[in-house]
Amino acid sequence: MFLSTLIFGLVLGGTYALIALGLTMQYGIARIMNLAYGEVIVAACFGAYLLFSVSGLSPILSLIIVAPAGFILSWIVYAVMMRPLVARSGGGGKLEVDSILATFGLLFVLQGVMLVLFGANFTSYAYLDRGVNLFGVTVALNRLIAFLLSVCVGGALYLILTRTRWGTALRAVALAPEAAPLVGLDVNKMARLGFALGGMLAAVGGVVVSMYQTFSASDGVVFTMKALVVVIMGGVGNVLGAVLAGLFLGLTETFVAAYIDPGLTMAATYGLFLGVLLWRPQGLFGKAA
Amino acid sequence: MKITVKHIGLASLLAVLACAPFMLGTYHLGVMVGLAGYATLATAWAMFSGPTRYISLATAAFFGIGAYTVAVLSDLMPYPLVLLCALGIGALVALVVGLSTLRLAGVYFVIFTFGLTELIRQLITWFEVNVSGTLGRYIFLELEPRDIYWQLLALLAVTLGLSAWIGRSRIGLALKVIGDDETVAAHSGINLARTKLMLFVLSAAIITLVGAIQSPRWVYIEPVIVFNPTVSFLTVIMALLGGANRLWGPVLGAVPLFLLFEWLSANFPDHFSILLGALFIAIVFALPNGVLNALEGMWKRRKQETRA
Repeated sequence: MFLSTLIFGLVLGGTYALIALGLTMQYGIARIMNLAYGEVIVAACFGAYLLFSVSGLSPILSLIIVAPAGFILSWIVYAVMMRPLVARSGGGGKLEVDSILATFGLLFVLQGVMLVLFGANFTSYAYLDRGVNLFGVTVALNRLIAFLLSVCVGGALYLILTRTRWGTALRAVALAPEAAPLVGLDVNKMARLGFALGGMLAAVGGVVVSMYQTFSASDGVVFTMKALVVVIMGGVGNVLGAVLAGLFLGLTETFVAAYIDPGLTMAATYGLFLGVLLWRPQGLFGKAA
Repeated sequence: MKITVKHIGLASLLAVLACAPFMLGTYHLGVMVGLAGYATLATAWAMFSGPTRYISLATAAFFGIGAYTVAVLSDLMPYPLVLLCALGIGALVALVVGLSTLRLAGVYFVIFTFGLTELIRQLITWFEVNVSGTLGRYIFLELEPRDIYWQLLALLAVTLGLSAWIGRSRIGLALKVIGDDETVAAHSGINLARTKLMLFVLSAAIITLVGAIQSPRWVYIEPVIVFNPTVSFLTVIMALLGGANRLWGPVLGAVPLFLLFEWLSANFPDHFSILLGALFIAIVFALPNGVLNALEGMWKRRKQETRA
């Protein structure tokens, strides 16, 4: 029981870490608090579901289509919706409020579109739903693949951010948006890129989630909430912090569900969130402002 | 207090509105009940979020708490006592939420309130399934739609009165300073935490009461019905459209939007939330400070032009 709960928790935590990475890119680099983030995840779930059930494409291969779609969609959202708000705010705190309100509206638009297209029912598909033996515990193969995918994508992102010029530029904009133009960086372009990359990670996260969970058109809010909790726990803009906090949240939820009550996982998430906010508002791994 | 033409005008408007149930049919009275409810919600929301600029997305949480309190307590005690309990519970929850989040930066507050509705909905669902063993409750109260309407109208009048009084008092001034710059506010001797907390609790208590008063209309309630995020959403958009910083702004936003939503939900039930979201985005873009501010700006410009 303990070992299987541990493995389940790690799998779930890996997914949380992945989706939190996307949100931390969007908030850290583009300074947009995106309340419609979870809707992108759910849209990717439906994308993977359609590609699998209609054209028989395996979820792993569907990433080739779904991930760029997430990138392009977010690119457009930034260029059309966010850019005017950024220009209007002039870099002040007004952007935070405006972006929250605008993405709150976007949440309802995207959710409404998905409700019209797919209805309100829970959806799932059976992909590699057979058990494999791992350390004497039977784990569904799809969960294992989901975990490996999260690790690969998260690892690749970490390498890009720390080892390439691109990544350095993105981090520079996240760290000091006022000073970045002095070294020849186009902050607007970088913000758009960061936002689009975040959307791509959300799409990958959605495909991963759809491999082992049921989902419905109105699940977006819960995903957004969990990603936000992880981002804040890990410290905004902190990649390693988001990974550790994601794993931590996944483990907490799984253990609460297994040993206390499955209906209380959201309460556990919230308890953690509140605890971190009160104890260390800068995040468990963040530096004090 | 000096009685002016304005006061007499407001009193007669209230009297006309109070007579509405004698002139309107069932359907139109239902519309008036919804209208009074949302006007109150938007005014109460703006009471705190307007001046402080702390956007609360938890309206549905308090609304639902009010409705659920009535569902649980209505056959145990007399109706006025039930309302009092709802008010108390709403204020208590707001106190806990406020104490734990209002010291933090605005964005954390938004995020926390964003998920609060979902959290309370799940906790109540869990409690109902595991402890009381039923999901969904019936409300048997002998209340006509017009009784509900009168209660809401009275609550709206009280809320507007409170809001006007706060706007003129020291607390209102303190709130505006907090909204402009928290550091300046702290340096000028304003107790930030206490001022914000007081207003948040007051605003949440009124919202809870709106939920409590409206609940008998449902007869049967479930967590999914009363903790509906659309309520939070509509409240914010109404207050923003009219102007959250003005006394009459939220009401002015609530009237046209509520009628529009009634029409939309009757004619486009499937595309309702898409249209709502699009409208919301449009309002954030076109009227960031509300219609009243935009009109005033136009008025001032016109005046300057005629002078020049």
